[in-house]
Amino acid sequence: MTKERILRLFLHLYVCAVFVFVFLPIITSFVFSFNSDRFPSLPLGHFTTHWYQTIFNDSDIWEAFGVSAIVSASVAVLSTFIGFCTAYTDYRFNFRGKSIYLALALLPPTIPLVIMGLAMLALLSRINMSGEIYSIIVSHVVLCSPFAMAVIRMRLAQIDPDLESAAWNLGASEWRAMHQVILPFCAPAIVSAFCLTAAVSFDEFAVSWFVSGLNKTVPVIILEILQGNTDPQINAIGSIVFITSMTLVVLAQIIYMTKASDQRALTGVITRRQDQ
Amino acid sequence: MTEPLVVFDNVSKHYGDVVAVSNLHLTISEGEFLAIMGSSGCGKTTTLRMLAGLEEPTNGEIRLDGTRMNEVSASERDTPMVWQSLALFPFLNVQKNVEFGLKMRGQSPTARREKANQWLERLDIAELANRDVRQLSGGQRQRVALARSLVTEPRILLLDEPLSALDANLVVRMQGVLARLQKELGITFIYVTHSQSEAFAMSDRVVIMNNGQIEQTGTPREVYRNPETRFVAEFVGSNNILSGTVKDGGDTIVIDSQLGLFSCNKTNKPSPPVGSHVSFVISADLINISMHPTGSLNELKCQFISEEFIGSVVTLLTESEHGSEFKIQKQQREISELDIQPGSTLYINWDLAHAHLLPTIT
Repeated sequence: MTKERILRLFLHLYVCAVFVFVFLPIITSFVFSFNSDRFPSLPLGHFTTHWYQTIFNDSDIWEAFGVSAIVSASVAVLSTFIGFCTAYTDYRFNFRGKSIYLALALLPPTIPLVIMGLAMLALLSRINMSGEIYSIIVSHVVLCSPFAMAVIRMRLAQIDPDLESAAWNLGASEWRAMHQVILPFCAPAIVSAFCLTAAVSFDEFAVSWFVSGLNKTVPVIILEILQGNTDPQINAIGSIVFITSMTLVVLAQIIYMTKASDQRALTGVITRRQDQ
Repeated sequence: MTEPLVVFDNVSKHYGDVVAVSNLHLTISEGEFLAIMGSSGCGKTTTLRMLAGLEEPTNGEIRLDGTRMNEVSASERDTPMVWQSLALFPFLNVQKNVEFGLKMRGQSPTARREKANQWLERLDIAELANRDVRQLSGGQRQRVALARSLVTEPRILLLDEPLSALDANLVVRMQGVLARLQKELGITFIYVTHSQSEAFAMSDRVVIMNNGQIEQTGTPREVYRNPETRFVAEFVGSNNILSGTVKDGGDTIVIDSQLGLFSCNKTNKPSPPVGSHVSFVISADLINISMHPTGSLNELKCQFISEEFIGSVVTLLTESEHGSEFKIQKQQREISELDIQPGSTLYINWDLAHAHLLPTIT
């Protein structure tokens, strides 16, 4: 009994340690973004929003946020759409070379980002498409679609296989069944894929850096500021970026978990019954 | 002459090398309650799905009301189905689930609501209209699925093992609901099941399938008492099957089996020639049992092995001298009057008329 308790305590401590290890640097950066000292050192100076004011008055940073917002919103829409189509194809059809199709669809995230960025730059400049906002969008869609697909595919794996047939059986054409049954069923996964891909695109640096040209995204401008001088406005930008993408990711999780879990309750019952 | 409502004309379905249904000929008339029965993988569900347009026949033609259906898509056929999983839409409430078919047919919201309410009332679930389908019990879900399929007032309803997920007592109740509904509506029900009790309780006619082919078609009584193939005899009811060679082919056929000589009534089929190999069936409930030899025809000495007690009916398992097993079904109170102990010697016999000769395969 006590042995179990000790083990449990140890495991709890271990989990805490992991979280501290992951989040301490970010929290440090967050703390120093409100610190008046020029260099991050202890003891802390006094509380200030000066660094935030600096970035708010910097038109370059505003512009970068604008570019990032456009890019991540477009990327989220496009890659969620592509991800859904790929996942649905996988769910609905069986064809020769399906495993190759799936492997290709899930491949991009396994390619090192620097290689990917370089390759994208080489291709896009060859066809005169580099250095524009849409160059970043195209590259990010390639990168993000697999994430969207993975999330939506997980959801489709839970669907009662008779559900779509039931819609056809009741007079729904293939398109209407898609609209009335598949999309509502996948809605939590679609919203969550949307948030997730927006976050990935918003944070992504390497590929953006290669293909963005003069349209700098937030991570690109962070590097630029860092190269010039280190001052705590980096901490301020970093905190904003972190909060933005964390919000998106957490939102994605919450939507998926709550919505999907009550629907799963039903499909769960059904699959159990079929097993009997 | 008008054609029956549904015609399967030499229909086959292959999945690669696997033959799910082969050369199926089946006609189903308007207003009939037909049960298709068989063990899993016999092709019964494939047959149903082909009629609904969810599978395309590899060969042959399916006609509905005289029209060839092969090329008609599932959504354009009026063949609603009640699914084994029920396949209720989890993101819609009861009312919206029931309205779905009407919505797909472009009916106005008010017309939809009115019709849906009628059916909810008819199936005694009007008070559940605004409930989430996830919150319903098994029986309630069943009724929602029925209402959803019937709301478009089809001429035919397909049911794919709809009761297999319910508790035994609920199954009996739903059987009553289904049978009554079918009589009242006068539409065709095609009911796929592996359960003999469900099929026999409700249907006018039973089709027994095995390996993608029809073994026998007939009323539940015919199928039960006069099995035409060995498969049917083994699948339906609780039958004892004996084999032997024909010794005498007169009015009563005498069969020489390894257990001795047995007599069988000559059926109106051509009687098997002397020396041919035949099988005959004695239903377990038609066997008489006594503790002493009675000297009657078709008598066998057996040893009692075990009994299976399911309520009022008991199935006794006995073994004859040559190791063949005999199943005997009796009322529990009849058995309790006899003093049967494990290992007791019993004498079993049956009426000449109760031995049913299986047609010989030619």
